[in-house]
Amino acid sequence: MKSLAELEAIRKATLSKINVRTEEKGDTTRVVIGMATCGIAAGARPVMLAFMNEIQTRQLNHVTVSQTGCVGMCRLEPMVDVYLPGKEKVTYVHVKPEMVPRIVAEHIVNGRPVDEFTIGAAENA
Amino acid sequence: MKEIALHLLDIVQNSVKAGASHVDIGFRLDDQGVLTMTVEDDGCGMSPEFVARVRSPFVTTRTTRKVGLGIPLLMQNAMQSGGNVEIESEVGKGTVISATFHTASIDCLPLGDLASTMATIIMGSPDRPEFSIICSSPAGEMSFSTEEIRPALEGVSLAEPEVVQWIQQSLQEEIEPILGGIMR
Repeated sequence: MKSLAELEAIRKATLSKINVRTEEKGDTTRVVIGMATCGIAAGARPVMLAFMNEIQTRQLNHVTVSQTGCVGMCRLEPMVDVYLPGKEKVTYVHVKPEMVPRIVAEHIVNGRPVDEFTIGAAENA
Repeated sequence: MKEIALHLLDIVQNSVKAGASHVDIGFRLDDQGVLTMTVEDDGCGMSPEFVARVRSPFVTTRTTRKVGLGIPLLMQNAMQSGGNVEIESEVGKGTVISATFHTASIDCLPLGDLASTMATIIMGSPDRPEFSIICSSPAGEMSFSTEEIRPALEGVSLAEPEVVQWIQQSLQEEIEPILGGIMR
């Protein structure tokens, strides 16, 4: 493993992907994960890697994953915000890696937020 | 935190926020079972007055809230294993933070998934700073840096899922033989 030749191959495959992405500009979906002390302690790292894996497996070229700090609701961590183009932000709370495939399939791919995982459902429970 | 590797993920963000261009990470396990984690950066550094107060949970540079638990939690876990945390810093030069863990102690956290932590760190700041890591133990040594892979990835961000996965898998393979004994 860890051969630079392998990375070259990844680079070539990714460059063509990036070209597709630039053509579809404006349609980017953003996934933002809280990665401050509170998020990390609550288990944000495996959640983030689960999103990366799911997005790679499904070849979702228009989705970017990024990290943010603490938004002040530490008791609800790990928290994930999903920004679909042209839609309002949806915030998921107490996210576990097992929940990620459903969020990706139902929300990011099919545009229907998973209500039971959202902050609204958690606050009303 | 459940893993030493999670503390690394947390502490490194201080270096990133300090505007570092290089962050050097070290995990050294000696033959007495003492693990030393070091994070050395060339960020903005801290004044002696700030270093004297930085261990307090009520000291932070963020302006949104008055608590900062990264260093206090690291201290708690290092000290409960019989280890310690040292912080050296100079304004304009950078900061070195080193934490020791006595891995033979029943109260010592496992090292945890260091490869996933590194992948997460690099993915979170793909352009800057450059990260390097050295792991050593009586079983051997490994090193890795973002600078060494950047040329092979020209035009492609280190935050691309395929690259992140490659980093995680390569590091896992290399770290396991060296620090596998204290990972779980």
